[in-house]
Amino acid sequence: MDGKKHISDQYERELQDVKESLLYLGAMIEKAMGKAINALLERNSELAREVIAEDDQIDQLDVETEEKCIRVLALRQPTARDLRFIATAIKINGHLERIGDMAANIAERAIILNEEPQLKPYIDLPRMADIARGMVRESLDALVNENVELANKVRGDDESIDALNEQIFRELLTFMLEDPRKIHASLLIMQIAKNLERISDHAESIANRVIYMITGKIVRHETPLKAQDKQIA
Amino acid sequence: MVNSTLKSEVRNLNFHYGDLHALKNINLPIERRKVTALIGPSGCGKTTFLRCFNRMHDLYPHNRYGGEIILYPDGINIVSPEIDPIEIRMQISMVFQKPNPFPKSIYENVAYGLRVRGIKKKQILDEKVEKSLRGAALWEEVKDRLYDPAFELSGGQQQRLCIARALATDPRILLFDEPTSALDPTATSRIEALIVELKKEVTIIIVTHNMQQAARVSDYTAFMYLGELIEFDNTDKIFTTPANRLTEEYITGRFG
Repeated sequence: MDGKKHISDQYERELQDVKESLLYLGAMIEKAMGKAINALLERNSELAREVIAEDDQIDQLDVETEEKCIRVLALRQPTARDLRFIATAIKINGHLERIGDMAANIAERAIILNEEPQLKPYIDLPRMADIARGMVRESLDALVNENVELANKVRGDDESIDALNEQIFRELLTFMLEDPRKIHASLLIMQIAKNLERISDHAESIANRVIYMITGKIVRHETPLKAQDKQIA
Repeated sequence: MVNSTLKSEVRNLNFHYGDLHALKNINLPIERRKVTALIGPSGCGKTTFLRCFNRMHDLYPHNRYGGEIILYPDGINIVSPEIDPIEIRMQISMVFQKPNPFPKSIYENVAYGLRVRGIKKKQILDEKVEKSLRGAALWEEVKDRLYDPAFELSGGQQQRLCIARALATDPRILLFDEPTSALDPTATSRIEALIVELKKEVTIIIVTHNMQQAARVSDYTAFMYLGELIEFDNTDKIFTTPANRLTEEYITGRFG
């Protein structure tokens, strides 16, 4: 937490500890996402199995972080920025854990896809993955640096992901129409794209929570500012 | 009258203990039938401020008021030298940190203010005593021993007796100065529940060091520091998103 420290060092450490747990969880899921998408692109099922195995650690950390938050609520009765931080941490923790599950889903599908000949060169999928990972990273950077502007940027990035997802869907639809033998692989790729799209939704939610934490304003039901509006605002 | 929901309005209030400038240009609305909490570190002036409302400072020489505390609906200025402090204390009662019942029976404690007012009729006194004890959520516990000494009651009961005593004169504002700091958690919860109940009938101002208490019982919170009013807002707002940095540092425990 920036600014003055608490009179109680112990309390200060407890809040810091929650923040570090979140960031550690963030680092873990970022790694899992990277590995999962590489498992697909490099046709490396061993890597995919690692992601699936490591998801248990992510789940474990999710539980531990939530318990830390609940302990602070029970013992410290946080107020103002501390209250907003803990309330936000509980939510962000849940989003991160879900992103971990998405990464494991991608890994599972990669293993099946790797059993078959590659349907097509992957172009849009790695793009989507890069954007989604960038959104997750930036949403967490916004949390650490209490940066509303960066959080707002993440909220807008979700549009390009949606566009790519739609493009992948249309492309795969033509594959399926042309050759029914390609349906299985096409569906799996579509599901991976959907997982990436959901990861970006979670990143957007994290950004919304960060804005609440900093400003006290709940923005998740408001449309994010478009690039051109941002300049005016 | 500015606003029909106001019970009182503090305008540019200044207060001096001799040379010490204890309250500096305080401006604050007091909403009718709401609980306003005053919070702030020791020595910030919150008790001094509370005591202005019933002219407690008049008991000592060299104390000076400046500015106004307007009481609605009549619009009188409480701190004006032309206003009789005794009459003000009938209308604006105070409940203190430690229960301070008189060394009399339970009944006489509650009836005291009425007798001072010259009410002698037993029927009226009986009715008022019962109503006040009921209002203070004490009636059921004491109705069979109204003539026992007040000191035989527990600390929490004594505090509720003091609230009943304050209620007996139909006050327009009830002032609480740390009303639960000498009580255990159960008695504290009872007093807090009572405060929430009492505001249906009377406007309340409470000074408390217990911030969670301010959060639980009040509708509005004023944060004071070094004799100044730093921030005043809805209690929800103060405890989730205070506007002032000092307020935030204080309520989150970063002060010092």
